[in-house]
Amino acid sequence: MLGFLLRRLGWFVITSWVVITVSFFLMRKVPGGPFSGERNLTPEIEANINAKYHLDWPTWKQYLHYLGPLNLDERGLFGDRSKPFGGVLTGDLGPSYKMRDFTVNDVIAQSLPISVMLGLVALMWALALGISAGLVSALRPRTGLDLTMRLAATAGIALPNFVIAAFLIILFVFLIPLFPVAGWGTLKHMLLPGFALGAPRAAYIARLTRTGMLEVLSQDYIRTAVAKGLPNRLVLMRHALKGGLLPVVSYLGPMTAWILTGSLVIEKIFRIPGTGSHFVNAALNRDYTLAMGVTILFTVLVYGMNTLVDLAYTFLDPRIKLEES
Amino acid sequence: MDPSGRWNLHVRDEERLLAEAAEYRGESLWQDAWRRLKRDRTAFWSMIFLAVFVALSLFAPLLPLPSPIALDLKAEPQPPVWTELGNRGFDYTFETDDDYKLAYWDLYWHDKRLVDVRKAVFGDWQTGRWFGTDSKGRDLLSRIVWGSRTSIWVAFAATLCSLVIGVTYGAFSGLIGGRVDNLMMRIVDVLYSIPFIFVVIFILTFLSEPRQDLETESLVDKGWVFFIVIGAIYWLTMARVVRGQVLSLKNSEFIEAARAVGASTARILFVHVVPNVLSVVIVYLTLTIPAIMLFEAFLSFLGLGIEPPKVSWGLLAVDGTDAINPIRTFWWLVVFPAGAMGSTLLALNFLGDGLRDALDPKLRGKH
Repeated sequence: MLGFLLRRLGWFVITSWVVITVSFFLMRKVPGGPFSGERNLTPEIEANINAKYHLDWPTWKQYLHYLGPLNLDERGLFGDRSKPFGGVLTGDLGPSYKMRDFTVNDVIAQSLPISVMLGLVALMWALALGISAGLVSALRPRTGLDLTMRLAATAGIALPNFVIAAFLIILFVFLIPLFPVAGWGTLKHMLLPGFALGAPRAAYIARLTRTGMLEVLSQDYIRTAVAKGLPNRLVLMRHALKGGLLPVVSYLGPMTAWILTGSLVIEKIFRIPGTGSHFVNAALNRDYTLAMGVTILFTVLVYGMNTLVDLAYTFLDPRIKLEES
Repeated sequence: MDPSGRWNLHVRDEERLLAEAAEYRGESLWQDAWRRLKRDRTAFWSMIFLAVFVALSLFAPLLPLPSPIALDLKAEPQPPVWTELGNRGFDYTFETDDDYKLAYWDLYWHDKRLVDVRKAVFGDWQTGRWFGTDSKGRDLLSRIVWGSRTSIWVAFAATLCSLVIGVTYGAFSGLIGGRVDNLMMRIVDVLYSIPFIFVVIFILTFLSEPRQDLETESLVDKGWVFFIVIGAIYWLTMARVVRGQVLSLKNSEFIEAARAVGASTARILFVHVVPNVLSVVIVYLTLTIPAIMLFEAFLSFLGLGIEPPKVSWGLLAVDGTDAINPIRTFWWLVVFPAGAMGSTLLALNFLGDGLRDALDPKLRGKH
């Protein structure tokens, strides 16, 4: 167990290092800095700004500075009293280039709770819809109900989520005014974007549940349970679900990544001030540090989630050991 | 057995046995798969549907459609009209190369010739407003058909890219085995846990700067970057799948048997290994193409996809969602592009499921 976690940590360090390094150098290779797109600055001002953010340093020095915690620069960015930039390794993601007076950490601290909330609502929708649809399909295989469920599930996979969101808005905001069109704050604001974000994933979960359950239901121990006279409901709850939902558990890791990706689009459509929309704006505005900070953050989130899923797996299925990987 | 080494059979028995044996024809993997695919009605009709769609998009310049980019700056999108079959509004003449840019964009040579044929056959005649027009007065039907070209082409090219990388990497890793294999798969693991889409957006935004100096300095064409980038994301699963298949094949009994009979390495490779890997690859392809089409739509939504005046389904879907407002619903702007995209992706998914069943060796010879 401890060995597993340590190995995971080792790979985590390598992974994050690859992400940071690759995106850092790609970013610097592209001509034009974050400030060269603005109004025509005089050379003096541009030089000053570049000096302030150390864009005048050679690339390797900038890289070491960004990585930290070497403390290549004594003074703080917002005047002499402020805390100097510590580097990514100390958990400091640096100042935002475009949102003056904000550090990347500030932006993330403000927006991440919103995104997490949205993600959780989406996860809830996806699991509730997906598992129930998958169960219904598995318990009544090859019936009209099963076919309908599978068709709906495939349809969910076949449309981009912003199109689904568009249909939802037309239907539940304009035609039947049940929900507010945009904004954030109450549960009412969360349900619609959460659904648009979770629905395509529900389709995958339904498929996974269906195949998993069908396989488990044909096992000997289920037949034994039925033969000894256990009511169907108990067989399902106590014996079948645990094994049948294993594929769904293993899907939770990749799903976190998907929900984070989808949040870029959904947050933009519903005008939700989450991390995803900040990332899109940052990337479009060449706000290097903010975009990189969010990329790093999401790498950490996805990696952590994958590790958690692997751990959970061993508790659910005692046959699996944490040997390899 | 008698001393002559022959089974002591009656001549008639022997004839009967031979005749019986002749009735059984060996069936190759592909014949069997094709037969079973035809049985699966959903998958079969999905395939026909896709074939029609690909043909339509390939021969789009031949079809008497209105120009996909001709602006008609009426204030509002016009709803579909189903009473008028067509009109004589296609009054373009194509003499110099620049003429094509008025009705289309910078077309390839062969597309220009197709347009010439269309002009010769149909003259000025073009279809009516069957699908309505968009917010700039452009004909939606024409845009959907022309957009299918971009979407399908992007999906094919990017899938091919991921295919080449994935198969090479996976096969190499599986064949070499040992430490190298271990290391190569660890690298894949590391790449897997990177949320690539963020890195991709990151790269694409920096490469899509409208400034002139970019193209001269960095020597990269954005279209190329697009494919490389998508291929770079989607090869990972392919590499894993192919490696697994190669590993299990390497030690399988029928390969051993083929070697024992004296088959050459080339024969083993092409007759036994390739078809077995290929079946997995084909199934995976039908699942990658939809993923890439969705990815293209996703990028278009963020403004990083195909650039106007060219169209793609993703761009059309975005236009549709942009036109949503509480006062008037321009339903055709959402319904038709989403319908085209949704039905294609559905068909691909069904075909993928059908192919998976048809090529599954465990189910071989059944049904």
